[in-house]
Amino acid sequence: MRLERRAHVPLGLAAIAPLAAIAAAMVLAAGLIAMAGVSPLTAYGEMLRGAFGSRLSVTETLTRATPLILTGLAAAVAFRSRLWNIGGEGQFYVGALVTAWAGHFLLAGLPPVIGMALLMAGGMAAGAALLAGPAFLRLRFGVDEVVTTLLLNFVVILFVGLMIEGPLRDPLAFGWPQSVPVDGALRLPDLVPRSRLHVGFVVAIAAAGVVWLILARTVFGAEARAAGFNARAAAFAGVSLPRTIMGVALLSGALAGLAGAIEVMGVTGNVTTTLSPGFGYSGIVVAMLAALHPAGVVAAALFVATIFVGADGMARATGVPSFIADVIMAMSLLTMLVALLFTTYRIRR
Amino acid sequence: MTAVLELDGITKRFGTLVANDAVSLSLAKGEILALLGENGAGKTTLMNILFGHYTADEGEVHVFGSTLPPGKPRAAIEAGVGMVHQHFTLAGNLTVLDNVVLGSEPLMRLQSQRARARARLAAIAERFGLPVDPDARIGDLSVGERQRVEILKALYRDASILILDEPTAVLARPEAERLFDTLRGMTRGGLSLIFISHKLHEVMAASDRVVVLRGGRNVAERRTADTDPDELAELMVGRRVTRPRRQQHATGAPVVIGTDITVREGGERRLDGVSFQVCEGEILGIVGVSGNGQAALGRLLSGLARPDAGRLTLNGEDMGALGPRALVRAGVGRIPEDRHAEGAVGELPVWENAVLERMGTAEFSSRGFVRRGAARRFAHTLIERFDIRGAAAETRTRLLSGGNMQKLILGRILSAGPRFILANQPTRGLDEGAIAAVHAELLAARAEGAAILLITEELEEAIGLADRMQAIVRGRLSAPVAAEQADSRRLGLMMAGMWERDDAA
Repeated sequence: MRLERRAHVPLGLAAIAPLAAIAAAMVLAAGLIAMAGVSPLTAYGEMLRGAFGSRLSVTETLTRATPLILTGLAAAVAFRSRLWNIGGEGQFYVGALVTAWAGHFLLAGLPPVIGMALLMAGGMAAGAALLAGPAFLRLRFGVDEVVTTLLLNFVVILFVGLMIEGPLRDPLAFGWPQSVPVDGALRLPDLVPRSRLHVGFVVAIAAAGVVWLILARTVFGAEARAAGFNARAAAFAGVSLPRTIMGVALLSGALAGLAGAIEVMGVTGNVTTTLSPGFGYSGIVVAMLAALHPAGVVAAALFVATIFVGADGMARATGVPSFIADVIMAMSLLTMLVALLFTTYRIRR
Repeated sequence: MTAVLELDGITKRFGTLVANDAVSLSLAKGEILALLGENGAGKTTLMNILFGHYTADEGEVHVFGSTLPPGKPRAAIEAGVGMVHQHFTLAGNLTVLDNVVLGSEPLMRLQSQRARARARLAAIAERFGLPVDPDARIGDLSVGERQRVEILKALYRDASILILDEPTAVLARPEAERLFDTLRGMTRGGLSLIFISHKLHEVMAASDRVVVLRGGRNVAERRTADTDPDELAELMVGRRVTRPRRQQHATGAPVVIGTDITVREGGERRLDGVSFQVCEGEILGIVGVSGNGQAALGRLLSGLARPDAGRLTLNGEDMGALGPRALVRAGVGRIPEDRHAEGAVGELPVWENAVLERMGTAEFSSRGFVRRGAARRFAHTLIERFDIRGAAAETRTRLLSGGNMQKLILGRILSAGPRFILANQPTRGLDEGAIAAVHAELLAARAEGAAILLITEELEEAIGLADRMQAIVRGRLSAPVAAEQADSRRLGLMMAGMWERDDAA
């Protein structure tokens, strides 16, 4: 038995691959659910109900998807050019921290629209700056960015802890470790009244559109793609690899930073060390399930959000631990990798 | 004559492609059979079936009268068939002896039979005239020596039928001649040989009999003594292909001048004080065995390496500091050595590769956005003008054949009307038809006044195209020799680094 590379990947196959991967992951997780003593069908039914059963749960799912779209885009943009940014989590947190700081001390009192735009820009700049370092080390000295970006996540979270215990501590929080809040006028308005769903969701969708436009239509996007597929050929054709990779890094970091900024402005209003339930890491799964395509990222983020929000409802209704959501997500990453193998290759005897 | 090996009606399909179509052939004891055919004619597939790497859809392989079970390389080895692959299968960090013994040593024995293996290897080397140092590390050996180890490896496994896949692809002319002498000697020792080749002259020089494959079919079989290169070429290609000949014409002023250029990479001098000059309407051939600095010269002239010493000028202006994009802007066209690794991004469509070098220019972009319409139209004109077959603008580039990919690269540079062209191994791995097309385009560019620096390992190519030639050996360049004074013997000596003695004589 051998693997033979496909000449063409049929579009249908490329579209089915993530669905098949997800289905396989659900089947595998069903075994664990059954071991917990609950019928998988019941559990998955409860999961769907938990995610979409009411107006509130739908808005919760979309709220949850918002940062995932952005961290998913961050990973997709970077992975396309073979920049392995595993630091979405850290970039998310610096974006959030800068937003809380600037939204409390610096920009309070500005006209809301301008203030919000500046806050988002600030979060993006912070995320971009955090990835610029590892990108520079990779380009200049060949330091593996998987290691540097991954480890920076822990550094950043400790730094966030330091800040919210120190200079950025909210004095009105009764000793609770949380940062000063963003000025109320700079909080993102709700999209649906009496829910947590905020305008940030629209921003995230728009970001997916912009990223698609950049990758598919601009010279920079074409060069970034070329550099990802075949760096030597791109360099031969005169694509400046350092400039392109650095550009990709800035874009990727900015997207993850924007996710942090929007989460603070739209949902929590301040920063804690538990602000993110792993949005940065989940973004990697989202990007892979999306086959690194911006439109796919939106769909994959909705899926992951559905699993997480739905798992809480399922846990309440059936008693199966909601950690099953992490299992499904991790499993779907693995099954997606297998699915990608079969879209790229076919089995020959 | 008894046949030691017979292939009987072998058919192999890959999807809709029929790689081998009812191919039959036989090999007599002590015979050297050449399997001649262009790339894609099915030679390697056929040998892989014989050796058990592939399973034939139809047909059988008989060795010494008994049928080989399909798909079992070990059975082929045990029956006495040895294969020397074009790309060596040696472990570079092990010694010669390690490599030879590897895989033939019984696993379930604690004590390695080193001493016996060493004696046996020495005896085989002696008997077949293949001297090697058993304790040398493969990584330290020359390509020719590595090939010798590959052959020894097969012989060590008691091969009496040896298959060599393009054995001279990596050898200089004198080394190749030595190899064929050795092979000839081996057949007197009772071995039978099949060698795969697409080079007519070596088929003529080294074989007893020729089987010509074309499109997966056995189209002809000739005794070598009864045929000639012209007939074989026609049988191989299926029609008369003649490479275009260079016409004498006057050359103009120097375009690119290199003076005492040294390039260091990774702490080594890849180019060592080389000087050359290419004039308008002239092709300068740089001939040499691969690995003698051609890669560094290619990178230098592609804008990917800078001279550490010396001066490189284009029309009198310094070009040593220019990167790829600046070179293209300055009117330099570059054909890379490896079209798959450097020439094109296989996963991108043809149209993006067609404009990749100039994507940022006003012709193909505005305000940072790609002018997709203009780029696609440009790709269409290239496809038509350069006869790029099997391609539409949207086709993924990796699906093109080597020849068509090379035409795309040629089109990309020639459509810009370059003043200087670097052609680095422009026909490596191409079939005769594609070679003739590439040569015609290069000669047409020359006729229009382009200065061309041609780096090649094929003497025929250099002789057919170049107005002047220099040999490259260990990073140094010989003095130029005019085409009229360069025959293959003299060039062969130059490529072996003996130009200084030659000049003195």
